[in-house]
Amino acid sequence: MQQGLGELDELYQEVLLDHYRNPRNTDRLDDPTSEVDAINPFCGDEIHMQLGLDGDKVASISVTGQGCSISQAAGSLLTEIVDGKTTTEARALRELFREMMTGEEVSDEVADRLEDSLALQGVRRFPVRIKCALLSWSALIDALDKVAPAKP
Amino acid sequence: MSPVTHLDVESIRADFPILTRQVNGRLLTYLDNAATSQKPTQVIQSLVDYYERYNSNVHRGVHTLSIEATEAYEDARGKVQRFINAPSPESIIWTRNTSESLNLVAYTWAEANVAAGDEIVTTAMEHHSDIVPWQQLAMRKGATLKIIPETENGRLDMEQAALLITDRTKIVATTHMSNVLGTVVDVKALADAAHAVGAVILVDAAQSVPHMPVDVQALNCDFMAFSAHKMLGPTGIGVLYGRPEILEVMPPWMFGGDMILEVSYEDASWNDLPYRFEAGTPNIADAIATGAAVDYLEALGMDNVWAHEQKITGYALGRFAELEGINLLGPQEIEDKGAVLSFSHDSLHSHDLGTALDQLGIAIRTGHHCAMPLIRSHGIVSAARASFYIYNTEAEVDVLIDGLKEAQRYFSKAGIA
Ligand SMILES: Cc1ncc(COP(=O)(O)O)c(C=O)c1O
Repeated sequence: MQQGLGELDELYQEVLLDHYRNPRNTDRLDDPTSEVDAINPFCGDEIHMQLGLDGDKVASISVTGQGCSISQAAGSLLTEIVDGKTTTEARALRELFREMMTGEEVSDEVADRLEDSLALQGVRRFPVRIKCALLSWSALIDALDKVAPAKP
Repeated sequence: MSPVTHLDVESIRADFPILTRQVNGRLLTYLDNAATSQKPTQVIQSLVDYYERYNSNVHRGVHTLSIEATEAYEDARGKVQRFINAPSPESIIWTRNTSESLNLVAYTWAEANVAAGDEIVTTAMEHHSDIVPWQQLAMRKGATLKIIPETENGRLDMEQAALLITDRTKIVATTHMSNVLGTVVDVKALADAAHAVGAVILVDAAQSVPHMPVDVQALNCDFMAFSAHKMLGPTGIGVLYGRPEILEVMPPWMFGGDMILEVSYEDASWNDLPYRFEAGTPNIADAIATGAAVDYLEALGMDNVWAHEQKITGYALGRFAELEGINLLGPQEIEDKGAVLSFSHDSLHSHDLGTALDQLGIAIRTGHHCAMPLIRSHGIVSAARASFYIYNTEAEVDVLIDGLKEAQRYFSKAGIA
């Protein structure tokens, strides 16, 4: 059976395209608490993340970068969901996101918690692109580790 | 005038079982040959024959199987020697791949001959495998790495080369053909410049030996590195050619079985060439299969291989001109350009293009092609690359062009292209 490019619709969902076209939270922070560059050595995708923590809360976040639509949209989506969360909640979201990328169907509860980032679910069917979606999430963990190491 | 081609591509294709494979419901269009080539039945069968009929260790047995294996292994070395017109079989060292061959020179010859204040000259078009070993050497030794730049039209700047190669230069390390730009470098001119100042020249021939006639003596190079897997052979085996006078006095770098002459508890002496550089049980099966790959290419004739690739690449260059939003990297004329077309898109990342083409059964390479400095010097972070070989056809170029147009339509409807 011949397939056209229709199968791609599952990957390139409207929410993702929207974030790629108009990435959110790209203004640089004046005085970030933590800052990291993440790079995917296989493809050269780059994410630059800045975090502003207020106590244990993410009070501001900025993501910029260069790379494919998946990596850049995932970064933009991440900023929306992480903003205002505690560092512990942010770490937990990363785990949920990673499970969505590598595991089975997500439950309704997990789907709710991942908010618009759920739109990246389709990436699962394109295994080589999973690392694109995960790049900004590992940047987040690196940025957190620098200033607010995971609580035991 | 387009070159006459003597390859019977239909019968060549029949030798490559993988080319009948379906990918995502379409016949595979394999255009990632610069990464690795496909393998003909003759090569696959030589592996099977070895394991089924005469598998045994080499150089150490008196029994029939060991004798047969040793003969086939050394026979393959001789085939490679003749293929690149090396002066002797002893000048052919089996390695794992191009990268190991380059590292071997960096850790042996260069370790012994490069000192603080010396200069190493390489080019702006190198694969990471031919940059990083020299960076590391320069750091270890306090030497300086000099880079011959690329001209505006994707060639190597030979005027700059003449200025950069000086009596401080100890080694010139250059690609023979860029895996990104397809540029064929005038290695002979660089060899002459290097020799004039008493330096040696090492050629990364990973992309040339598979695609064109290469004669190490005519090029007058001191070292040459290439990988079997890009020339119809198996993975896990590569070649380092070294000028015999240089190899004779070059210190070994890996120690163990096969590379020794005599061992006491206190000391050891080294075996003859080339075994001095082949410690341990070698990759016997893959060396033999490399011989089969050389046989296959020689039967076609490397002039014909080059002519065929010129024809396909010329055709592809013409068809690429139809595409909008696509920017070709490297020379746009076919002269001294190999069968490699790298391109970026005005708004699409190469991964998005690559995923779309894969849906259509088309395999291209995407990303930085292990040449990050080169890709960045073009103001981009990634590129897509189509690369051709003996079994590719103009019809496959058409499939690629149609695929790119379809991807362009898809992404522009999605609002991102
Ligand atoms: C020009 C060039 N040099 C070196 C290499 C490295 O080859 P290998 O990965 O077989 O060591 C490649 C292959 O990608 C290449 O194209």
